[in-house]
Amino acid sequence: MQQTIKEVQQEIVDSFAAFGDWMDRYEYLIELGRDLPVIDEQKKQEERLIKGCQSRVWLDTEYRDGRLWFTADSDAIITKGIISLLIQVYNGRTPDEILAADNSFIDEIGLRENLSPTRANGLVAMMEQIRGDALKFKSQQD
Amino acid sequence: MIQNKEKIRSLFPYLQSAGCGGRQLIYFDNAATTQKPRSVIDAATRWLADSNANVHRAVYGLAAAATEHYEAGREAVRELINAQAREEIVITSGTTASINLLANVYGQRYIRPGDEILLSEGEHHSNIVPWQMLCERTGAHLRYFSVKEDGQWDMEEAERILSEGKVRMVSAAHISNVLGIVNPVAELTVLAHRYGAVIHIDGAQGIVHAGIDVQEIPCDFYSFSGHKLYALTGTGVLYGRRDLLETLPPWMGGGEMVDTVTYSSTTYAPIPLRFEAGTPNFIAAATLRPAVDFVTSIDIAQVRKNEEEMTAWLMHEMNSIDGLRIYGAGGHKAPLVSFTVEGAHHSDIAVLLDKMGVAVRSGQMCSEPLLNKFGQTGVVRVSLAAYNTMQECEVFISSLRRVLEMLR
Repeated sequence: MQQTIKEVQQEIVDSFAAFGDWMDRYEYLIELGRDLPVIDEQKKQEERLIKGCQSRVWLDTEYRDGRLWFTADSDAIITKGIISLLIQVYNGRTPDEILAADNSFIDEIGLRENLSPTRANGLVAMMEQIRGDALKFKSQQD
Repeated sequence: MIQNKEKIRSLFPYLQSAGCGGRQLIYFDNAATTQKPRSVIDAATRWLADSNANVHRAVYGLAAAATEHYEAGREAVRELINAQAREEIVITSGTTASINLLANVYGQRYIRPGDEILLSEGEHHSNIVPWQMLCERTGAHLRYFSVKEDGQWDMEEAERILSEGKVRMVSAAHISNVLGIVNPVAELTVLAHRYGAVIHIDGAQGIVHAGIDVQEIPCDFYSFSGHKLYALTGTGVLYGRRDLLETLPPWMGGGEMVDTVTYSSTTYAPIPLRFEAGTPNFIAAATLRPAVDFVTSIDIAQVRKNEEEMTAWLMHEMNSIDGLRIYGAGGHKAPLVSFTVEGAHHSDIAVLLDKMGVAVRSGQMCSEPLLNKFGQTGVVRVSLAAYNTMQECEVFISSLRRVLEMLR
């Protein structure tokens, strides 16, 4: 049985709680960023680009068997690390699951500033697009 | 005259505080805004408590006191830039508002289809977009003269474009917020006037790190923000030569900018109030007085010398880092250094520096065209003020080295 979104988020919170200080957290995010599967260059099209003042994010969404699958990339490695967390949480979910979820876990692992609307790193826009895609596919489904 | 760095630092509550969220950051984003001296904070607090009344309107004593403080802010600016008359100082909400005001009123009065407006390639969006909007409205054309590889202006190209005789307005930064070079604005002013153009200098950074005497460098317009010069946010200045300002129409209509109003028409107030419609941010504007007093109380020659030493040391250390590139390495450098490092993204560098206790800016710096020219989507920028120290520079450099070890 697949874990719920809440359960995956809790696992991430627990693993971050094990880190001693911010340095370890960011080392881990950098590692996650490096491990994020490389996006197909063809999918890094201009219309897929979410442009922030700080960093740029590309997001590609596929809809198969009632679930959403994401591949994403960024030019900044810490942003990529956070993308990796978001993909762990949201990949393979139904539109309803995504629309019902919140991102308070980001707050709990001490990365809140990365998802505040004032942070022009593309992550806020990426979350909006994930939700927007979920809404779009949900309406196709209905 | 305050000469001692410790004495200067003691005037800034931020530097004595525990910082935001209990973290005391080394503040290296002074080109965005400066911290405030206690005199500015105290004056604003006091005026809010004891002399808050709308300016230029009422006859009671409280209003007279508020008006006096506001006008003292204007007088402080007049002294600072050595303008001939207080009427030449228009109070705005900041540099952006100053340039928008200028582009609108000058454009309405003087710019016709086919005219040209000349900018440098090194301008902040605030000194590009208002002119683009003006060109769209009027059918005028925007021209640019080059910034060379080392960040310095191509003055020959500026003259070539001016000599074609179509340029009506030149608008360029005293110091670019990315390149940090003190530009040859005196020379550009001479050139503009020689070819029949007027010149506006964007002094957002220049007022802090170079200063201006508008009689010595007879530019027609000069704008800057109060909050980068230790005053409160929401304050700015447009200086305009009196005879020129007097020919310009108002932009925003409303209270205070009028002479006589009937239901069908209005005659306008004389300068500068003609350009100050509505209730100004009068308490913030009044803090221009204590802010200017701070600036003139420090030994500016000593501060500049110290800033030059720190800048030279920073650039020397940065140049020893593999793959690090500084933008604007040529010419007379203000304490403002923008850079990129191969293999490390600017936002990653800034995020990790923040975690290590150093506040720097990263991103496009509101100068996307200039960064595109250098083939970058963003840079990291460190910018110093009078209260920063060599010791802080050392912490920054050692932190930067640690950050790069993490990222590369």
